[in-house]
Amino acid sequence: MLKGSIRIDQERCKGCALCIEFCPKKAISLSGTLNLKGYFIASFKDGGECTGCATCAVMCPEVAIEVFKN
Amino acid sequence: MKQVYERPRSLKPAHFHYCPGCGHGIIGRLIAEVIDEMDLREKAICVAPAGCGMLVYNYFDIDTLESAHGRGAAVATGIKRVRPGNLVFSYQGDGDLAAIGTAEGFHAANRGEPITIIFVNNGVYGMTGGQMAPTTLSEQVTTTTPSGRNTVTAGHPVRICEVFAVLDGTAYLERVAVNKPAAIVKAKKAITKAFKVQLNGKGFSLVEILSPCPTNWKMSPIESCRWIDDVMAKQFPLGVVKDAT
Repeated sequence: MLKGSIRIDQERCKGCALCIEFCPKKAISLSGTLNLKGYFIASFKDGGECTGCATCAVMCPEVAIEVFKN
Repeated sequence: MKQVYERPRSLKPAHFHYCPGCGHGIIGRLIAEVIDEMDLREKAICVAPAGCGMLVYNYFDIDTLESAHGRGAAVATGIKRVRPGNLVFSYQGDGDLAAIGTAEGFHAANRGEPITIIFVNNGVYGMTGGQMAPTTLSEQVTTTTPSGRNTVTAGHPVRICEVFAVLDGTAYLERVAVNKPAAIVKAKKAITKAFKVQLNGKGFSLVEILSPCPTNWKMSPIESCRWIDDVMAKQFPLGVVKDAT
């Protein structure tokens, strides 16, 4: 079971990719999905490993990421 | 399951209007987190600037006043003198504080007004399309310096922290950045310290924050973050510039 998990608010995300760059486990990627603003959004990778370190949320300029720990 | 990171309560649910990868969003969130952690939501009063940061009153769930362009420090002085028990801070960009508002900021600092200035330095006039600002680096290309800033004709980048450091009225000045997780943690500590300096009556405090502007720097958000370390921090050295507390 994963140690942590994240929830990305799709409509806040602007696809800046800072969470992707700084995730220590490289568990986030840019998806092919567009949101209503027209940005490709970041999403958690299938099979990615999350430790709940919240680095993605610290970097996110849109406050779009919530982090949970099990 | 325990939530370890959530949206600060001092931020309204509104979506930020900033460009992708802009540092304003990170800085706004840090201020809101500090206000939450210090339980200052009913005490904090923000003075909003002109420029990209203008709409902070749509985002902070605290009392906010919009000032005329560059007059943040003067307006904050007035509020603080009338309501000395409140935390009063102005949120200003480099066009606002280092150009049109130099006089107000400089003299508020010199008088040692017990206010805090959060100074967002991205080296350009962001809102109007990336023209040269007083803080633009030497040789930096902007829309008004297409072959790079020539320091002979256009002067040198203004280091606000160092300028204010020589004034006896200033208590705490620090330059930080928001380009990587460790730097963001430091920036939050600096904002916390600046607010404490004010609340403890120690005097004027200012936190200068080097902030990425990917749109006007014509870089990706990730390249902008690297550029702060590789280029910008060389001309704007990070760290505590003055701590007279």
